[in-house]
Amino acid sequence: MSNYLIRRTLTAIITLFAISFVVFGVLELAPGDPTSALPETIRPEIRQMIREAMGLDAPFHVKYALWLRQFFYIEPMMLVQDAFNIQVLNPDTTVRLTSWGSRGTPVFDLIAQRVPQTLWVVGLAYIMAIVVAIPLGVVSAVRQYSLLDQVGTVFSILGYSVPTFFTGLLFIVIFSVKLKWFPSIYDTNLQVTDWASFVQQMKQVIMPVTVLGFFQAAALARFTRSSMLDNIPMDYVRTVRAKGFHERYIIIRHILRNSLIPVVTLIALGVPTIFGGAIITEQIFRINGLGALLISAIQVNDIPLIQTVVFIFAFLIVVFNLVADVVYGILDPRISYS
Amino acid sequence: MAVQSPPVAESPLAEALATRQHRTLWGDVWLRYRRHKLALFGTFILLVLMLGTAVGPLVYTVNPEYIDIMNSSLPPGPEHPLGTDDLGRDTLARNLTGGRISLAVGIVAMLVAMVFGTLIGILSGYFDALDNPLMRFTDLMLALPQLPLLLVIIMLFRDTLRSIFGLELGIFILVVAVIGLLGWMPTARVVRGAVLSLKRKEFIEAAVCVGTQERSILLRHILPNVLSPIIVSATLGVAAAILTESALSFLGLGFPSDVPTWGRLLFENKDFMTQNTWLIFWPGLFISLTILSINFMGDGLRDAMDPRGRQ
Repeated sequence: MSNYLIRRTLTAIITLFAISFVVFGVLELAPGDPTSALPETIRPEIRQMIREAMGLDAPFHVKYALWLRQFFYIEPMMLVQDAFNIQVLNPDTTVRLTSWGSRGTPVFDLIAQRVPQTLWVVGLAYIMAIVVAIPLGVVSAVRQYSLLDQVGTVFSILGYSVPTFFTGLLFIVIFSVKLKWFPSIYDTNLQVTDWASFVQQMKQVIMPVTVLGFFQAAALARFTRSSMLDNIPMDYVRTVRAKGFHERYIIIRHILRNSLIPVVTLIALGVPTIFGGAIITEQIFRINGLGALLISAIQVNDIPLIQTVVFIFAFLIVVFNLVADVVYGILDPRISYS
Repeated sequence: MAVQSPPVAESPLAEALATRQHRTLWGDVWLRYRRHKLALFGTFILLVLMLGTAVGPLVYTVNPEYIDIMNSSLPPGPEHPLGTDDLGRDTLARNLTGGRISLAVGIVAMLVAMVFGTLIGILSGYFDALDNPLMRFTDLMLALPQLPLLLVIIMLFRDTLRSIFGLELGIFILVVAVIGLLGWMPTARVVRGAVLSLKRKEFIEAAVCVGTQERSILLRHILPNVLSPIIVSATLGVAAAILTESALSFLGLGFPSDVPTWGRLLFENKDFMTQNTWLIFWPGLFISLTILSINFMGDGLRDAMDPRGRQ
């Protein structure tokens, strides 16, 4: 197992390097000059100096190596410095990854401002999706072709056919405009201090969470159902039943336990997807999270910020793939990694 | 002396054989597809949408770009069956042209993805030496964050392609190419799996023994046998491509405003949805109906082409 873990981690690291190369390369290959947004009145020799200061004329491999150093050495070190309040790097010579769009703010400072909102919405949505989907999938499988199963089927087909940007807009029209139940715009400055502000926070988060969670719940419920249906006709289930256990006990302790193994993997694999889905949801409900940051960075051609945010998304995918593999190995003793 | 042969038709088995209809593989698939009610329903809806968007603009000849400020934000009425938007452009005309582009993007992007997916799947399944590098490449592509990368690539290369191929064609080529080139990986994996199990079969061995060239083995023996997983993933690929294009346009980074795709219409009209909900209702409904019917068709095709279901 540990051997497998090491090998798998090494592959993940190599993949991350390859992805960093792709992300960096795409943005480097792109036509367009970052100084073109500066005023026309800047004289050519000054413009050239700006280009040199930004390091735009260096050869590709130098720029890539410098970027790697910034990303994998300087930025983590800064994090450590802030966390333990120590000084390791010389503040005069370290060049942090800075955003082009917002006058030299370090990229990670911008990201740190946005992550809490995204995590809060995405996390709640995912928890809600899991809480709804797994019981629904179990009951649909146990009572196959019952009314509830049919309703669940329709629900999940709608869930992955109706795009989130449509459900989101419909929700706003119905619940914000017509019924006036929930606000349509997410207020990031809201501080939860007492019961009233907590209720307000819940009100503004309920629509984005439902929209994002619905989509994820649909896929999870289907998957749980089919995984349960795979296990129900198994011999071990017949054996337990022959021993005379209660049906509820058989379903929960035996069938569900075995059926959840692939479901747990799917849950791990779905985490990066739901972060990607948050890009759209954040745009609909005006949540200023990570996705909104990416969109605004793309609009102003803020290349360091784009590179970092895209790489963070890639990082999530690689890490959760690894988590899914490892969890699968731990949960299912039939799988051996030798 | 003539030997009287017993009349064939008298034996019940022979009678069954004589009356049994000639059945082909695809006839069989169609027979089983027909039993799948939802798939038939999906096919019907999709055909209606496709015909509507193909023929619709020829019949309903209102210019989707014609701006008529005096008649802006109209509700559905006799003059404009689905009303008008904030600039007075006809909603029905815009939805019809938009549907053309959305569906075209879906189909062409799917074709790009299928060509790549099939090629890489077959090569890595059949040639052992290529298997590892190609599959690692596929894994790498799968680990790329799709939507963020799509947004970035389209934003960066939009102007270059538009200057080469012209306004509309340039962005069409870019969107289709990027969606296709980031969407072939699941197909490649499925095809590789199918090829791996196929190439150990006796009929491939026989083909090798009689000296068939490798190219013909791939094209005449392997490819037709992996066609059914390809068709199923092609169907689902159209849905995925339409969804991706709509998402891009919805974020304002797909097609420009002079090309009204369904996603673009949602993006443009979402700021006016409080005054006129119909503006977002129609494009959203059309996208959802298209995806829904394609998903039904995919389900039906999967069941119909499963060899275990043959009688």
